[in-house]
Amino acid sequence: MFRSEEMVLCQLFVQPEAAYVSMYELGEAGIAQFRDLNPHVNDFQRRYVTEVRRCSEMERKLRWVSGELPEPPPPPKPAPRIMSPREINILEERIDYIESEIQEITRNAQNLKTDYLSLIELKILIEKTQTFFQDHSAHRKISASVQVYNNEGVIGHLGFIAGVVATPRVPSFERMLWRISHGNIFFKQAQIDEPLKDPVTGHELQKTVFVVFFHGEQIKLRVKKVCTGFQATLYPCPATYKDQQDMLAGVETRIKDLEMVLEQTEQHRRLVLTNIARDISTWMVAVRKEKAIYHTLNMFSMDIIKKCLIAECWVPRQDLPLLQKALDDGVKASGSPIPSILHHVHTTEIPPTFNRTNKFTRGFQNLIDSYGIASYREVNPALYTIITFPFLFAVMFGDMGHGLIMTIFAATIIILEKKLAKNKTDNEIWNIFFGGRYIILLMGIFSIYTGLIYNDLFSKSLNIFGSSWRNVYDNETLRKHRRLELDPAIAYSQTPYPLGIDPAWQFAANNIIFLNSFKMKLSIIFGVLHMAFGVTLSVVNFNYFKRPYMIYLQYIPQVLFLLLLFWYLCIMMFMKWIMYSTVSDDPAYDSACAPSVLIMFINMMLLKSTEVRSSCRADMYAGQHAVQRTFLAVAFLCIPVMLLGKPLYQMYKKRNLSPTVEDGECEKATPDEGIGEIMITQAIHTIEYVLGAVSHTASYLRLWALSLAHAQLSAVLWQRLLRMGLGGGSPAMAIVLYFIFAVWAFFTLAILVLMEGLSAFLHTLRLHWVEFMSKFYEGQGYAFLPFSFAVILEHDEEDIKEKPNGSPQ
Amino acid sequence: MVCKLCGPKLSLCGLVLSVWGVIQLTLMGVFYHFKAVALLEDLPLEESAAGEEETLETFIANVEHGYMQNALNCWIAALLYFVTLVVSGHQFWMNNRSSVSM
Repeated sequence: MFRSEEMVLCQLFVQPEAAYVSMYELGEAGIAQFRDLNPHVNDFQRRYVTEVRRCSEMERKLRWVSGELPEPPPPPKPAPRIMSPREINILEERIDYIESEIQEITRNAQNLKTDYLSLIELKILIEKTQTFFQDHSAHRKISASVQVYNNEGVIGHLGFIAGVVATPRVPSFERMLWRISHGNIFFKQAQIDEPLKDPVTGHELQKTVFVVFFHGEQIKLRVKKVCTGFQATLYPCPATYKDQQDMLAGVETRIKDLEMVLEQTEQHRRLVLTNIARDISTWMVAVRKEKAIYHTLNMFSMDIIKKCLIAECWVPRQDLPLLQKALDDGVKASGSPIPSILHHVHTTEIPPTFNRTNKFTRGFQNLIDSYGIASYREVNPALYTIITFPFLFAVMFGDMGHGLIMTIFAATIIILEKKLAKNKTDNEIWNIFFGGRYIILLMGIFSIYTGLIYNDLFSKSLNIFGSSWRNVYDNETLRKHRRLELDPAIAYSQTPYPLGIDPAWQFAANNIIFLNSFKMKLSIIFGVLHMAFGVTLSVVNFNYFKRPYMIYLQYIPQVLFLLLLFWYLCIMMFMKWIMYSTVSDDPAYDSACAPSVLIMFINMMLLKSTEVRSSCRADMYAGQHAVQRTFLAVAFLCIPVMLLGKPLYQMYKKRNLSPTVEDGECEKATPDEGIGEIMITQAIHTIEYVLGAVSHTASYLRLWALSLAHAQLSAVLWQRLLRMGLGGGSPAMAIVLYFIFAVWAFFTLAILVLMEGLSAFLHTLRLHWVEFMSKFYEGQGYAFLPFSFAVILEHDEEDIKEKPNGSPQ
Repeated sequence: MVCKLCGPKLSLCGLVLSVWGVIQLTLMGVFYHFKAVALLEDLPLEESAAGEEETLETFIANVEHGYMQNALNCWIAALLYFVTLVVSGHQFWMNNRSSVSM
């Protein structure tokens, strides 16, 4: 992972028969990125378009069938064998057959349901019209006269038509009937209470039973036309009571029969679907793989003379044997006597960037790639990010308790990772946490370490080794005063606490002031180290890309500028820590004389000096004035070297070497680039670096700021919240403690672990992307996207979830 | 023993919280028992509001009393969380069992 892998452009000459098997193996291995050799060809004119279409059709049918399944199908079994084209044909026929079978079953069910619906409607119609014919005493003579005849029309007497219409249409239906009959009809309606299920769509419809009484043949025709227009279903309803009862009985038996048949149909359908559900995922995977293979085969170009397919692909040099093996397997499986040929092509094109990662390093590589893919064969910052990222996070997070929570959480996920990886969920937040589980684990472990150093466990300090501070006051003084000062010359045992901050500090009122000074200095030291490391990584790049002159023209001035100014600042911090003490013999090195390092630094830059107290010295060591002036001068001399070095060198080279052609060096400046442009680019880089050195150094102070915020939030949560439950008193307070602990735990998780953790993560990421990587990183590469079944199948899953109607490609 | 009081997520939350509560409250009780100085500020010490000055002995007695009380309270709360642990664990196991057997 030190730098991206060496890639080779290969040309493959493959026989068409052997191509399928070779591509299958390459898809499983995922090592080759194919280039489209037919970019100008329409999708429909490519060689394998029929196969692709066939696969799409099969995929559509499979998707439709899996949509009919009552529950999601079981996951696919791993298919070790390659399916030969003959097996694909058999599969296609089988899928066809299954689809038609299920469609037929569904159609039958629909027909049955329609019949069922009409029978139900008829039954309700008869029941309701019984009331029409019976309870109208004034119209009894109607029933008497019509009971002799059927409803097909009666001379001189009233006829009727009975049927069912959708309820929303009843008012307009009635109005229309009234209009066409000039009011000469009698319309009676009764709504069906429960809604009926439409067999085709499954929607529920409200229907109304109606009876229209009329006189005469012509009105009957008109009424029938209106009924057809309003899509009302007409039913033959007998007039006499006895006939109605007979019909009712007959209808009810038919309904019962039909219900039984419907149930059996449903069972049969379910049985068929269950049988299919076992295999459907495996078939789906096989079909998708085949479609992917044919898509890639479409990118090959056909050589008519030699009758073979030509492909161009980028392969990592390490994987060339695998590629050769895949080709040989294809030849062997197809039984073709002509072998496939692998041919390296030397090219000046920039290859894709490929970093081989495992499940542990993939997270860190993703963090870097989100900023920009590394240029080809550039040094890869992801390797160092594995340690620097969790470390800088931990400096900002620094609490043993919270670090322990993160570690346990990450460890749990990692232990269960095989099981959890199987449930593919859409929940993006969970996917982010799961993908970054190793990062979280490392961040947690480092946070426990920095928590130990800051001596912070849920805002309380642990006293493991015994404090180095002693009480020097007698009981009377203690009783009288609320706040007392401990002079380190007297109260401090001069042996420091072995690991971390002394636990005595948690009771100090000047705790924050002390820790501020400590953490700020720490942040600057870490910052300068991190940036110096970043600048030095550019040397690796210069060495590899054979530009040694850049080391002298760019690296040396850059690192000198950074170190002479800012590392000198750090050295002053170290000197202040070591040389000044309350128990010092020399009064000039007493704690009262300790200078402010920042003021000294500013004075150095501005060539000033400040007043000091009488017993103190103006400088920290002899000759400081001269040393500082020298450093300043050299640092400022580095700026013109940075500004003019590279352009002058390129001008010099151009003048001396203009007749010869530059060979495949990665020389960015072409001979046509004007000197003005080179100067401007270099000026921009120089200004960026010089100003950045100052601003980025200050930017590292966020390490201090966030750790202060975290510690204070943690303290507030304990003192304001948990302390309420620790009020003591009767054991009834234990119940209060029970609830308050739950609330405290919730806020600890929500605010301190999640919110602060996310915040520290973001700031660490920014420190890496901007302050660290801007010193050496180019990031102009493009990613290596190999032809791989794993990637394609995963993408298909996401696509299907987005497009539920399943439109194929 | 048979009814399901809560779903899988709530029982998992309760399980995690109770484990944490048991461990942390037991440890806090132990630290209070050993009179750890770090926990001194959390004690329910009455200010000498009675007007008369507090002697060293009464102060020490108050402190020790406060420590013992808090230790006891922490342990009782830890016991309550242990009960919650049992209940949550049972619910979680029942939820898992019913989803697997289906």
